[in-house]
Amino acid sequence: MNQSPVISASHLDLTFQTNDGPVHALRDVSLDIGKGEFVSFIGPSGCGKTTFLRCIAGLEAPTGGTLTVNGLTPDAARRSRAYGYVFQAAGLYPWRTIGGNIRLPLEIMGFSKEEQAERVKRTLELVDLAGFEKKFPWQLSGGMQQRASIARALAFDADLLLMDEPFGALDEIVRDHLNEELLKLWDRTGKTIGFVTHSIPEAVYLSTKIVVMSPRPGRITDVIESTLPRERPLDIRDSAEFIAIAHRVRDGLRAGHIDD
Amino acid sequence: MKALGPILAVVAAIIALWYAAAVPMNIAEVLTQAERAGAVVEPEGAMNRRDVSRFVLVLRNTEHLAESWSMERARLPAPHQIAKELWVSTWDEEVNGRRGIVKSGSLSNRSLIYHGSITLSATIVGFLIGSGLGILLAVGIVHSKTMDMSVMPWAIVSQTIPIVALAPMIIVVLYSIGVEGLLPKAVISAYLSFFPVVVGMVKGLRSPDAMQTDLLRTYSASKPQAFWMLRLPASVPYLFASLKIGIAASLVGAIVGELPVQRGGLGARMLGGSYYGQTEQLWAALLFAAALAAILVWLIGWIEAKTLRRMGVTP
Repeated sequence: MNQSPVISASHLDLTFQTNDGPVHALRDVSLDIGKGEFVSFIGPSGCGKTTFLRCIAGLEAPTGGTLTVNGLTPDAARRSRAYGYVFQAAGLYPWRTIGGNIRLPLEIMGFSKEEQAERVKRTLELVDLAGFEKKFPWQLSGGMQQRASIARALAFDADLLLMDEPFGALDEIVRDHLNEELLKLWDRTGKTIGFVTHSIPEAVYLSTKIVVMSPRPGRITDVIESTLPRERPLDIRDSAEFIAIAHRVRDGLRAGHIDD
Repeated sequence: MKALGPILAVVAAIIALWYAAAVPMNIAEVLTQAERAGAVVEPEGAMNRRDVSRFVLVLRNTEHLAESWSMERARLPAPHQIAKELWVSTWDEEVNGRRGIVKSGSLSNRSLIYHGSITLSATIVGFLIGSGLGILLAVGIVHSKTMDMSVMPWAIVSQTIPIVALAPMIIVVLYSIGVEGLLPKAVISAYLSFFPVVVGMVKGLRSPDAMQTDLLRTYSASKPQAFWMLRLPASVPYLFASLKIGIAASLVGAIVGELPVQRGGLGARMLGGSYYGQTEQLWAALLFAAALAAILVWLIGWIEAKTLRRMGVTP
């Protein structure tokens, strides 16, 4: 990791002023994410994992510290369309077809008609939804809708993919499948991925780096570099190495709780 | 067609209640007529009956009750009398009447179809003005905090003024600048219909949730892009809900606008019926207006279903 990091946070603070007094959503968060890494943020609710992701996306403004994305401020990075963002819900527009939904960012960013068609086709294949272009969202299952929303985030070829509990609302079997698909996609595209989750197996299975966070104030308690190989079949989750990493994550989460 | 039974039951209950109500409503006049015709009624003499309760009169004169359903100019005409008047003043008048469209080539000024078409044209023009204005105001309100704070209170205040008080003023003011005929009625109609459209459309344009607006921010979409691609399509179901209220309000506005002018229209017909004690004419015009409103609302619903299916929102 000699090249400069894609995301670099140092001593990041974010305090929300609420009617019940200030809420420390993030305190003293320092983290570097290198190109091509798959970084998971895990922790109980209120630990600031989503807030941190939103800071990276320029959707929240930190109140202290510095944060750069591709060497730019998060807001400048957002305006240069540096990342694709996948939300917890697919949030597809019901009045647009699947193809139309994926075309949405392309239309906004002013791609030519041919380019739009070409990219829609390519990203639909990437998420295994070829042939669904003309379908409307209500005709697809929840898992397929979430895949379409990932395709939407990939369509304009940002090098960075930010995912906020994208599979949180899906059942276990669909989730396993999508995790596998996501790893393949990451391997094929070489994108840098920031992934928020509250599932330990999901975090360990997917990540090259696991960031354990804890609440009140939201902070990082442990950063675990995964020793698992890049190639990860689903049954790697039964290996001793996997279980050892999961253990360390669990310990980190527990340590955060004892602090309360 | 499982719902048919209950629907017919409700209609039958309303008609039964109507017939029942017609008896005490008309009993005083029924007895006066019967007495004049030589029948014996209890108590004798209209003066003596004046202070007796209608229900007592009904109980003491059961042999005369049937006549309360065939009175001319009854206080409350029976349903079949109104139905007959409806028939006479629509089909019969136009097809067989001397002034009807079949014999004279133009709609008879005694037919509800003629008066209904006058009201309908003012309704449609008013509805178009009102809903267009409502949509524009809503777009402004959603995009400008200043407009939200300066326009919305006036829109609400405007609806607290009774339209019957305001309508003659609007007509007089517009007449003084040379505007008369359809337009003043359309203005009153628009005045009533813009409000539900503003409220519904503001709600609709604001309906996209935080996640959907955040998504557009991640694309750094412009405000116009957010409007055309997200807010406007998201507002369509809300728009149609308020258009349904708006068109019914438009019809009411057009009718109210016809009351002070008396140059045709269902409103003129109703007021005329009321002046001259032509209750059947009054009720027929009322039912005709109600049917017109029902058709208009149904029409908007039909367009809504078509539009949503076209957009792909519903199967």
